[in-house]
Amino acid sequence: IVSTFNNYNDLYPDWTQREVSTGTTIMAVEFEGGVVIGADSRTTTGAYIANRVTDKLTPIHERIFCCRSGSAADTQAIADAVTYQLGFHSIELDEAPLVQTAASLFREMCYRYREELMAGIIVAGWDPRRGGQVYTVPVGGMMTRQPVSVGGSGSSYIYGYVDSNYRAGMSKEECLKFTAEALTLAMERDGSSGGVVRLAVISEQGVERQVILGNQLPKFSTV
Amino acid sequence: MASVSVCQYRPGGFSFENCKRNALLEADINKLGFSSPAARKTGTTICGVVYKDGVVLGADTRATEGMVVADKNCSKIHYISPNIYCCGAGTAADTEMTTQIISSNLELHSLSTGRLPRVTTANRMLKQMLFRYQGYIGAALVLGGVDCNGPHLYSIYPHGSTDKLPYVTMGSGSLAAMAVFEDRYRPNMEEEEAKRLVRDAIAAGIFNDLGSGSNIDLCVITKGNVDYLRPHDMANKKGVREDKVYGRPVTGSYRYKHGTTGVLTKAVTPLNLEVVEESVQTMDTS
Repeated sequence: IVSTFNNYNDLYPDWTQREVSTGTTIMAVEFEGGVVIGADSRTTTGAYIANRVTDKLTPIHERIFCCRSGSAADTQAIADAVTYQLGFHSIELDEAPLVQTAASLFREMCYRYREELMAGIIVAGWDPRRGGQVYTVPVGGMMTRQPVSVGGSGSSYIYGYVDSNYRAGMSKEECLKFTAEALTLAMERDGSSGGVVRLAVISEQGVERQVILGNQLPKFSTV
Repeated sequence: MASVSVCQYRPGGFSFENCKRNALLEADINKLGFSSPAARKTGTTICGVVYKDGVVLGADTRATEGMVVADKNCSKIHYISPNIYCCGAGTAADTEMTTQIISSNLELHSLSTGRLPRVTTANRMLKQMLFRYQGYIGAALVLGGVDCNGPHLYSIYPHGSTDKLPYVTMGSGSLAAMAVFEDRYRPNMEEEEAKRLVRDAIAAGIFNDLGSGSNIDLCVITKGNVDYLRPHDMANKKGVREDKVYGRPVTGSYRYKHGTTGVLTKAVTPLNLEVVEESVQTMDTS
């Protein structure tokens, strides 16, 4: 993510030339009747936090969201393109689109332009055919469905927590607590993740969004 | 009849071949010890804030070419449409041309729709153009305006990512300006307070960042009205040289009174010079 167009003087500090990246920790969990998605809110350019209240949970359709990680410009451009394509497809069908369709559109774009793009995306939502689903499309353009998925630079720190604490058949409230705690732990350890925790629950009833501010985050033992 | 020419498959999208060539040339030149001419940058502190009735945009007025100030009073707040203005940081040519292109397209779009343009439209046009050029257009923008949905403020980065926020800063002096904003920003401020806040944020950039300087320009956009205040604050007015010192005019007078320097001894040595050789070379006036 190195910009080469100006390295020669200190008038223009490093962070004015680095590309904007959504450092990030993102997460999505399936439960009976829907999905819970969550993300931190930090966008960095080098060592400067360009936006401390970013919304990385982007609506693609009424009941389909995507969690963005990687280059901010790349993921915003991809999400805008897929939103257009899915909206068009949905009007043609005169039906709510499938989450798998949205994930496939993301995969098509991320795989075709894999050399040019730096984007790690988790697609999650609810559709009438298969209920709540989580699909992960990491850098490189693979696409796979998972009951729980984490992504972004902060995800490395919570694979152990997620693997040991996930149980199939959790309720909505348990999923929310699980996601909030996992994100908090990642934000604590990863420098590129931080700010507030944004959560969303997508189900047949629609989308409920919530924000957990810094001082309200769950507390763990401070070593 | 069969066609003779073979159609070669042209891959879509912008061709960045020249950018690779330029990078190689740059490396070669640097190895020889020379440096290619520097593009004029607007070092810069730009910022914007959303207040009760609209948005206030602010900018400094210094343009630099390497370590030299190229323009002491350049205008960094660009017109996009009657209700939308855009501050630009980064390469001066890029910000100027990009905003002009989008302003032109937006006017055509506005005539086509028959409506006043929306800030989000300008944002979308700018981000899609900058993304297409993959960051090679060095334009970091603060876009602000008031439309039918209220006041809006966006920050747009050279690679094409955007953030929609109540207060934003960009440029080399953005950290200094953001410090002022994080301390004193409140939602729904009055106009005078918002103008004072933006003025102070730009001043922080001017006095603490080498790439920013000179005056502070402000642009206050409300529903149906724009105040383009250039300059709003001449923070770095050039001093005036003193005219008279002790009653004697100072400028250009190098005459000293007799006796200013005391003479101790005087010795005269005549130098006897004789001409050895004399040659006249006529100038070629053909």
